[in-house]
Amino acid sequence: MGIPFKNRRLLRVAALPAAALLTFASATPSFADQASDLAAIRGEIAQMQREYNARIAALEARLKKAEAEARAARSAAAAAGKTADHAQVTAQQMVQAAETAQQQAPEPAAPPTPPSSINSFNPGIAAVLNGFYTAATKSTKTASIAGFALGDEAGGPPKGFSIGESEVSLTANIDPEMAGFLDFSFDRENHPTVEEAYVRSISLPWGFTAKAGRFLSGIGYLNERHAHDWSFSDAPLPYRVFLNTQYGDDGIQLRWLAPTDVFLEFGGEWFRGDSYPAAGAANAGQGTQTLFVHAGDDINESSSWLAALSYLHSTAVNRQTDDIYGFNGGTDRFSGKDDLGIATFVYKWAPGGNPTVRNFVASGEFFYGHEHGLFDDVPISTDRYGWYAQGVYQFMPQWSLGVRYAQMSTGAIPAALNGSALDSFGHTPRAETALVEYDTSEFGRLRLQYTHDDAGLKPNDEVLLQYTVIYGPHGAHRY
Amino acid sequence: MKNILIGAALLGLAAASPAYANLSVFACEPEWGALSSEIGGDKVSVYNATTGAQDPHQIQARPSLIARARAADITVCDGAELEIGWLPMIIQQADNANIQPGQPGNFETTRFVHLLEQPTSLDRAQGDIHAAGNPHIQTDPRMTIPVAKALAQRFAQLDPANAAYYQNREADFEKRMTAAIARWTAEAAPLRGVPIVVQHHAWIYMEVWLGLKEVTPLEPKPGVPPSTGDLVQVLQKLQAQPAKLAIRAAYEDDRPTDFISEHANIPAVVLPFTVGGTDQARDLFSLYDDTINRLLAGLKK
Repeated sequence: MGIPFKNRRLLRVAALPAAALLTFASATPSFADQASDLAAIRGEIAQMQREYNARIAALEARLKKAEAEARAARSAAAAAGKTADHAQVTAQQMVQAAETAQQQAPEPAAPPTPPSSINSFNPGIAAVLNGFYTAATKSTKTASIAGFALGDEAGGPPKGFSIGESEVSLTANIDPEMAGFLDFSFDRENHPTVEEAYVRSISLPWGFTAKAGRFLSGIGYLNERHAHDWSFSDAPLPYRVFLNTQYGDDGIQLRWLAPTDVFLEFGGEWFRGDSYPAAGAANAGQGTQTLFVHAGDDINESSSWLAALSYLHSTAVNRQTDDIYGFNGGTDRFSGKDDLGIATFVYKWAPGGNPTVRNFVASGEFFYGHEHGLFDDVPISTDRYGWYAQGVYQFMPQWSLGVRYAQMSTGAIPAALNGSALDSFGHTPRAETALVEYDTSEFGRLRLQYTHDDAGLKPNDEVLLQYTVIYGPHGAHRY
Repeated sequence: MKNILIGAALLGLAAASPAYANLSVFACEPEWGALSSEIGGDKVSVYNATTGAQDPHQIQARPSLIARARAADITVCDGAELEIGWLPMIIQQADNANIQPGQPGNFETTRFVHLLEQPTSLDRAQGDIHAAGNPHIQTDPRMTIPVAKALAQRFAQLDPANAAYYQNREADFEKRMTAAIARWTAEAAPLRGVPIVVQHHAWIYMEVWLGLKEVTPLEPKPGVPPSTGDLVQVLQKLQAQPAKLAIRAAYEDDRPTDFISEHANIPAVVLPFTVGGTDQARDLFSLYDDTINRLLAGLKK
C-alpha cells in the first residue's frame, strides 16, 4: 500500500516543474518593428522573466520540500516497521505504520539452534541443602516413642548446630520411552546414601506409568515427598513409628490414572523388603507389597482436596531395632509380618486459586498397623494406631504459620515383654508442634519450629531453627 | 483368573477411550484457551487450567488439573518457563504420552514469536527470570496472529480430517484481528510516549506496541513482592522521572500499586492481562478493547 502512494506523490512533484518550463517556452515573445514599443516590450519581457524566475524558484523550493517529505515518510515507515514506535501522529499515518509494523514485528522466531557440544544433553542437576540449630531440654538424637521399637531414622537432628542431609539429584529423559532420576544424599557424618535411583516410563498408553529401581513408595501423603518438601521440619509421629520416616526400597511400581474428570489414580508396588518395617529381603527379595488409590478434585475455584487409601504388607526377617531400655542387650529383634493401612486427607485453600498472597493447607492421616511374629523370641500379635493433623496458613507473601498435633496408641503386649521397647508404661505418646516460616523465594526458606514432644516417657521441649535451599533446575512440586 | 481380569480391564479401557474426532485442548492460560476456540470452533473442546484471577507463574499442581491433562490431545501453553512451577508436574503425573515435551500435542505459543528481553546471564540472584525471554506475549495482540497460524497447522496435524476447517477459521480470525489491531492502534494514539510504572515487569510487549514508556517496575526483582522500602525507592525515582499511570494485572495483589497511586498521586490502572481478568474481557477481542479503554480512562483521570 505504501509504495504506490509514495510513487504517485513523486510523479506529481516531478510534473510541476516540467509544466512550468513548457509554459515559459510558449510564452517567449517575438520582436516587434516599432521602436517605441520596443522599450515597453523589453520592460514587459524583463517583468515576465522576473515573474517566471520567481515562480521557478518557488517551484524548485516546493520540489525540494516534497522530496524531503517523501524521504521523511519513507524513513518513518521503515522505523515504524522495526518498532512501531516512531510513527507520525496523524491518524492516517498511524494506521499505515501499524499495518506495516503488524506485518513485520511478530515474525515467527527462528527456533533457536542449540550449539552442538558434548554437554548438550547434560541432565538437570539440583542440590538441596539444609541446616539446623537445635535447642532442647533433653537429647533429640535418639528417638523415644513409648511402646514402639523404632528404626534408625526416627530421631531428629542433634542439639546445637548441624547440617541435615545434603542432596544432589540428576534427572533427564533417557530416550522417548524413559526418564531417569538419581538422588543421592550425604548425612552429617559423611555417609553417602542412594535415596532414589529409578527409571520411569513416559510414553505408556492408556494412562499407565511404570517405575523401576529404588524409590519412595506412593503410599500415604508425605511418604513420596522428599523431606525438604514437607510443611514441617520433621515427620509426624506415625511416619516415624510405622515407616522409619519414609518407606523407600528397591522394586517396581505400576500406576494407572483413570480417564475421568475427577482425579482417580490406582497404584501398586512390589519391593525387595529391605527397609523398615520390612527387613531381610524375605521371599527371595520380594518381601513388601503395597496398594494405593488417590482421588482428588476441586470443590470450587478456591478449594481443592486429595484423599488416599494405602496398604503396605511387609515381611521382617530378623529386623534389628534400638533397645532403648536395655531389655535385650541393646538390640531388639523381630521376625514376622507387618500390615499397615493409611487413610489420607488433604485440603487446600487459595483465594481465587491464587496461592501467592494467602493460602491454607490442612492435612491429616490415620495409620492402623498390625504386627505379628516373634519379638525378642516372644510371640506377639499387636494392633497399633496413630494419627496426625496439621494446618499451615500463609497469611502474607513469604510468611506462614503452622500447627500440628500427633498421637500414637499401642496395643496389648505379652507380659514377657514388659520393660521392653514395646512397653508403653501406660503412656500415650503425643507431640504438639508450631512453626513460623519465612520464604526468601520459592527456592529458599527459613523456619522456626517449636515442639512439645511428649512421645517418650519424659517430655522434651525442642526449638529448631532451620534453613532449606534448593538450587539448580528443581522440578515443580506435587500437590 | 488373573488373565481374565486383565483382559476385562483392557476392554473396559478401550471402551472408555473417547471415540469422537474432536480435539481435547488443555489450555494453560485463558488467552490461549480463547485462541484455541477461535481456531478450533466446535471441533475442539477447551479446558482452561487457570482463570484470569490467577497468577500463571504460581499454580498448585491440583488433582483436577492432572485428571484433565490425562484426557488432553494437546496442551496449549505459553512456554518460555512461565509454567515451570507447576506444568512439568502435571505432565509427569498425567500419564499421557501425547502431551510430553517434544510431542505434537505439546504446543508452546512463545516458540512462534520473537521474544524480547532474552537474558544474557542466568542467575537466581536476579529473581524469577525466564531463560528464554519475557513470556508475557499476550499483552500485544499482534502476537496472536503468528501463534494462530501455527496453532491451526498443529490442529490440522493432529486432526487432518478437519484441516480445512481450522485453516478457514484461522484466516477469518486473522482478518478480524488485523482490522481490530488497526482500530486499537489508532484509538491508543494518545498513549504514545506516556510514562508508566508496572507492578510486575509483564507488559513489555504492550509497551512496545502502544509506545508506553516504563519508568520502573514496582517489584525490586521479577517475582519478588515489593517491600515498603522498595516502594519508597520507587517514589523517589518517580520524583525525578514522573509517571502518569500505575499498572497492575487483575490477578496481582492490589496493595503495591495502590500505595504508589496514593503517594505519587497517579491513577492506578487494573488491566485484565488475560481473558477473564476483568468482567469486560470475555474473549480475545474484548480483552484488548478493555485494555485500551482502561488505559485511556486512566489517562483522563
